[in-house]
Amino acid sequence: MTDNHFRELRLDGVSRAYGSQNALNDLNLTISGQEFIALLGPSGCGKSTALNCIAGLLPLTGGSIYLDDRRIDTLPPEQRGFGMVFQNYALFPHMSVRKNIGFGLKMHKVPKAEAAKRVDEAVALVQLQEHQHKAPGQLSGGQQQRVAIARAVALHPPLVLMDEPLSNLDAQLRLEMRMEIRRLHQNLGLTTVYVTHDQEEALSMADRLVVLRLGVMQQFGTPEEVYDHPANAYVAGFMGYRNLLELDIVTADAEKVSARGKHIALVGANRESVTTGRAIAAIRPEDFTIGATDGNRIEVTVDIAEYHGRELSVQASTADGLSIYFRTSERVAPGDHVVLGVPAHRVLVFRSDNSIDADVQQTTEDAPAGVGAGGPGTGR
Amino acid sequence: MSTPTRELPSAASDAAKAGPRPRRRVRIWAVVVWFLLAFFFVNLIALVASVVVDSFGKTWFGGWLPSGFTTRWYSQAWTEFGLSHVLIVTAEVAIIVVVLSVLIGVPASYVLARRTFPGKKFLLLLFVLPILVPPITYGIPLATVLYKVNLAGSLTGVILANLVPSVPFVILTMTPFIEQIDPKIEAAARMCGAKTSAVFTRILGPLLIPGMLAASILVLVRTVGMFELTFLTAGPDSTTLVVALYNSVFGAGIRANQSVDAMATIYTGSMLVLLVIALRFVNPTQLVARGGDTGKE
Amino acid sequence: MSTATAPAVRPPSNQSSLRHRLAERGVDRTLWLLLPAVAFIVLLFMYPFLYGLGLSFQPSHGGGIFGNYAAFFSDPYLRNTIWKTLGLGLPAALFNVIASIPIAYLMRGKVRGKRLLTTLLVVPITLGTVLTAQGLIMYAGPTGWLNTVLLDLGIIDEPLTLIHNWIGVFLSLIITGFPFAFLLTLSYISGIDPALDKAAATLGAGPMQRFRTITMPLLAPGLVITFTLSFVLAFSVFPSAQLVGDPTGSTRVMSIAAYDAAFQQFDFPMGSTMAMIMAVVMLVVIGLVMLWRTTLYRGATGGKG
Repeated sequence: MTDNHFRELRLDGVSRAYGSQNALNDLNLTISGQEFIALLGPSGCGKSTALNCIAGLLPLTGGSIYLDDRRIDTLPPEQRGFGMVFQNYALFPHMSVRKNIGFGLKMHKVPKAEAAKRVDEAVALVQLQEHQHKAPGQLSGGQQQRVAIARAVALHPPLVLMDEPLSNLDAQLRLEMRMEIRRLHQNLGLTTVYVTHDQEEALSMADRLVVLRLGVMQQFGTPEEVYDHPANAYVAGFMGYRNLLELDIVTADAEKVSARGKHIALVGANRESVTTGRAIAAIRPEDFTIGATDGNRIEVTVDIAEYHGRELSVQASTADGLSIYFRTSERVAPGDHVVLGVPAHRVLVFRSDNSIDADVQQTTEDAPAGVGAGGPGTGR
Repeated sequence: MSTPTRELPSAASDAAKAGPRPRRRVRIWAVVVWFLLAFFFVNLIALVASVVVDSFGKTWFGGWLPSGFTTRWYSQAWTEFGLSHVLIVTAEVAIIVVVLSVLIGVPASYVLARRTFPGKKFLLLLFVLPILVPPITYGIPLATVLYKVNLAGSLTGVILANLVPSVPFVILTMTPFIEQIDPKIEAAARMCGAKTSAVFTRILGPLLIPGMLAASILVLVRTVGMFELTFLTAGPDSTTLVVALYNSVFGAGIRANQSVDAMATIYTGSMLVLLVIALRFVNPTQLVARGGDTGKE
Repeated sequence: MSTATAPAVRPPSNQSSLRHRLAERGVDRTLWLLLPAVAFIVLLFMYPFLYGLGLSFQPSHGGGIFGNYAAFFSDPYLRNTIWKTLGLGLPAALFNVIASIPIAYLMRGKVRGKRLLTTLLVVPITLGTVLTAQGLIMYAGPTGWLNTVLLDLGIIDEPLTLIHNWIGVFLSLIITGFPFAFLLTLSYISGIDPALDKAAATLGAGPMQRFRTITMPLLAPGLVITFTLSFVLAFSVFPSAQLVGDPTGSTRVMSIAAYDAAFQQFDFPMGSTMAMIMAVVMLVVIGLVMLWRTTLYRGATGGKG
């Protein structure tokens, strides 16, 4: 019953409120057929709300959704014909693996012979041939998630929705499953919307990604765009700019900004056309070098040095107590005085937004699992 | 700094000295408790046994055992109390109450497990009240109302009265059971294209069967054993086994005590059969505690 | 400007927004599933209760709307049923709960025969008070086994009078009530994380201290619930007070008086009045106990509870 391909899925001002709280605010998004889109943000940012709205599991409080020219937000989920993979798998515990995968085909009254063939295909696709007659409870977490994926794709749905499908798996398995999902997406020509709080997962899997914060879209672009050109300090914080330093602007033109704090002065690239007042300078830990003096120069004392194999991940502080995070291959120890250098084009200057601090703080608290050493952090 | 270092060795030596002693004290205390528990059971068994022995005895005026044994009290009780009719009524009442309370209670439990809505707390309180309030307090007004509408004394009246604690009992047993079924499973079924009816018949139905079975059995045991409500509403043609037993004990003197005991033995036997069946499906605590209030709160 | 645009924007979404607002608060078609249960509880529980309440204010022997209540409290024979009921219910409930504590404490962990014991304890509850009463008449009667044993052992010279008095009813309340209280207490005590006990032991607390400072405070709220439910059971004692008690004298409890009024004298208003007084007395006791419970720790007990 489903045509596997569509040109575009258009979200038009999609909003969802709970009482007076806006979980999702005026989301405009156009997804092309066969794209892999990641919705990225910390918990409570509205990414799962957006996914459930697309699925039809949550009614919208505003806006509309179109699949090509057909309005679909008024249809119940069972009539949209999308596939969905849930974080906790949500397998039917009273049915065998085969029955789980074949459930959608049965609901759509696919003839028995045809259904059996397609279940066989789906089982083979996720390599569960030897487990197909078991009950879901007898499988490991990774195997269960394969079943859930097979169940979602068995109908060849035009759109597959995935709600943090890997967050219940351990690190090693997560890497394997990432590859596998990406492989399925390409081989089956699927269109996928993938929700995650792990920016590494989003960057490595998606064709384009959407960064959300408090129900509002912050940036929509390819991984390169979002990673290299974050739209604001919040996105920068999420993309591994662990140092977010709030400074006073001294001079600013269209290209460059020079700003200073008590014991620190930086020149950076003007990314949000700031002019005067406060600004935020975002710097990645790996962009610092020890001892290089051309460009910006920061004097710090090492507080903590974490061993990461080839590199050390260091937390240090300036004379006025500002924390600086950097990575280095040189051996430093707590108490060492170090001079750090960073080229001006590696310092991104954004508008200062008072709510950012509190918000980024929440990021680190809510999503500790996915944020590695390069994850977001407070810049103070 | 000095205090803990000074105290550590002394505490350790204390523990070493006192080590074996508290253990023995605990054991003596435990033995006393076990003994008292055993005493309780001996009396309990003797209590039931004296009824059973008497029901088989010819005459028993003092002494350890009756003067001889016979089974004639059973045939006498059977005809005298119309036991075949009473047993049929008991089965009818119990089965109809089970079916109706499951049909009424399970849909309500689903809503209570899945939704929050204004007035939910009030509704929950309302559903808890009939099993919290002793049956005799609402049984008297209920029987009065049933008399007014000419239902008292009829089988319908007995069934209606027995539904009052049964429906809430099903609700309190099923609500936590449904809560532990992940709502995402329903969402997954919908995403597979299942309509509401299919979600209920193919997903929820099979998953709810164990819970419904347990609830049914609990209601069955309780209804067969329910004295007060049946007593207040039953007429001569609608008495269940417990009420018939009560009537025969209360009306004793006219009949031989042995035939009352024969009936008591029949009642005990049928309860024990039900109990054995019930314990295959539910654990003992569930039989006693009222629905959701075991260990929670 | 903003006041002018706001109403212009709103109307199109108004219709759906009401539905949304209701849906957000959980009001949607699913609630229809509640209808049978609500109708049932209203018709068979609330209505009779309110009807009984109304009836209690329409005395059949005159005396104004409070005539029945005045009659009840002015007649010592009726008034004293309250004390007789409490005099049976409170000691029985208290005994059952206190006796349950040490046994439940012994059985809190994995003990062999736990399932067997709990199964055996369910038997007296399912058999019910009627059979217990009949059994007591046989077993504890003047020529029953209990008196025979005691006489043969030379502990007593005269058979004890254990039935057709307060003791008989009390015994029957223990036989059915103790297993109930025990099983509840056991489920509460199993809900306390055993690691807490071990943690206290590593900090140097002895067995008695651990019981007093860790187990009891965590168990107390559960015990209060157990007490309340045991009390409710004992409070409504009817068949045993009638069969092994002294229904016209020392064990004339409220339920007997209410039953007699309604179904022996067919004075339904008076019967309802006594049922209402019974409900009030019970609620007062439960209320007092629950009030006391609010002073106890009622958080998580760390176990599977």
